Amino acid sequence: MKMIQCISPKTGGTLQVLGMDVDAHQREIKGRLGVVPQETNLDPDFSAYRNLLVYARYFGIPKREAEQRAEELLAFMQLEEKRDVLIDKLSGGMKRRLIIARALINAPELLILDEPTIGLDPQARHLIWETLRSLQAEGNTLVLTTHYLDEAERLCDRLVIMDHGKILVEGAPADLIREHAGSDVVEVERTEKVIACLTGLGVNYDLAGDVIQVFTDRPHDVARELLEVCRHEAAVTVRPATLEDVFLRLTGRRLRE
Amino acid sequence: MLDITNRVRSVWRRNWDAFLRTYRVNFIPPFVEPVLYLLALGFGLGTYIEAVDGIPYPVFIAPALVSISVMYSSFFECTYSSFVRMYYQKTFDAIIATPVSIDEVIAGEMLWGATRGMIYATLMLPVLLLFGVVAMPSSLLLIPFAFLAGLLFASIAMCFTAITPSIDALNYPSFLFITPMFLFSGTFFPLDLLPQPIQYFALAALPLTHVVGINRAITLSAFSPTNLLNLAWIAVATVFFFVLAIRLMKRRLVV
Repeated sequence: MKMIQCISPKTGGTLQVLGMDVDAHQREIKGRLGVVPQETNLDPDFSAYRNLLVYARYFGIPKREAEQRAEELLAFMQLEEKRDVLIDKLSGGMKRRLIIARALINAPELLILDEPTIGLDPQARHLIWETLRSLQAEGNTLVLTTHYLDEAERLCDRLVIMDHGKILVEGAPADLIREHAGSDVVEVERTEKVIACLTGLGVNYDLAGDVIQVFTDRPHDVARELLEVCRHEAAVTVRPATLEDVFLRLTGRRLRE
Repeated sequence: MLDITNRVRSVWRRNWDAFLRTYRVNFIPPFVEPVLYLLALGFGLGTYIEAVDGIPYPVFIAPALVSISVMYSSFFECTYSSFVRMYYQKTFDAIIATPVSIDEVIAGEMLWGATRGMIYATLMLPVLLLFGVVAMPSSLLLIPFAFLAGLLFASIAMCFTAITPSIDALNYPSFLFITPMFLFSGTFFPLDLLPQPIQYFALAALPLTHVVGINRAITLSAFSPTNLLNLAWIAVATVFFFVLAIRLMKRRLVV
């Protein structure tokens, strides 16, 4: 991500952003990008509004234009009431929204977001998702990294799952789910009886802690078999497969440090 | 080569804006310090000292007070304050995500440190005039020279900031470099009272010696050829540390 933003030197290969080489055109590229870093680095010496103006100056945006844009962005991010409040007095969600507003100050052609909703409460997350979706609807290109797979599923048209720096799969979230997990997941409590029965039936299953998961496109058949053939007596859960299932199947369940 | 364009002004302006936002507290030291020092040392202790080389003691220390204030304001701006912006506030990270280069960020910080020294010298001047301890109009030169001296101290400071592992470690240069300079740079007594080797050491390694030399010539309106040597020393050291600071900072920040 930092190489795309032209703040870390390229470690190898070739890298072009907006059709320009990152080694030769750093300033041009940076001038056309908007960056939402993972870590809050708003300027604590200034109010929300002044943060936007000071940032606009780094892009060389004329004062009049910057003022107008700052007001618009505060309105877009629902921060008008906090216009003259110092950064310390903003909540986590407001800071994130202000960082997104700041990243939009130069009307970027490409918006890069690094974990944009990390550590936020559900309301704040949804508000950010709404604004990101409305940006998408206006035709903006967003590149975002996230560990929240529900977020990726909601926001991404195209998705890359990476593990240890290698690309595992690439595609639209719905396609990846269909391809790597199936439409649904049937979950039952893990017991020796069920395992033996599923093995006997020749049904593929995954073990996830104390749960047995069967990824399938015909969940009702599997559920019926579990209840009628295997005579499973506890609950059988059927739910749609998610991107999280895909991710865990591809990267394994072992903790990664 | 350094990658510096006029975008450096946006970095400088950021610090100027932040300074103005808290101007009340920022304007206290340059007014209070000279009054305290002149009263305590100049007119208190100074009553036991008739004259230094024929100069009344308060008049002798007045240029040193300006030099010290410039040194402190520029040096501390580019050590503790710059470190806070770099390390705790992540202000540098935020700026280098824009078309501003890292060279410009560091240069802007140092130019701001120099400006702060100049602001302090400017504010001290009327106080010193009120006490009648500086000559006019030559003393107006204190102001532009404070910028150059400030840039020297800011550049040295930024070198320390670039290599310090933590904000606490910045206490080392403060106590081991700045405090000795405060006392042994011809500030409160003439340099030639010191043993010869220490005099040479002060001239070779303590920048404040040269700054005091020039400021004293300015406030007494008595220039000598030695002042050209002082000026040359300061100019060369400023260029050297300015470039070095940017190099060291890039090594720290570009990963």
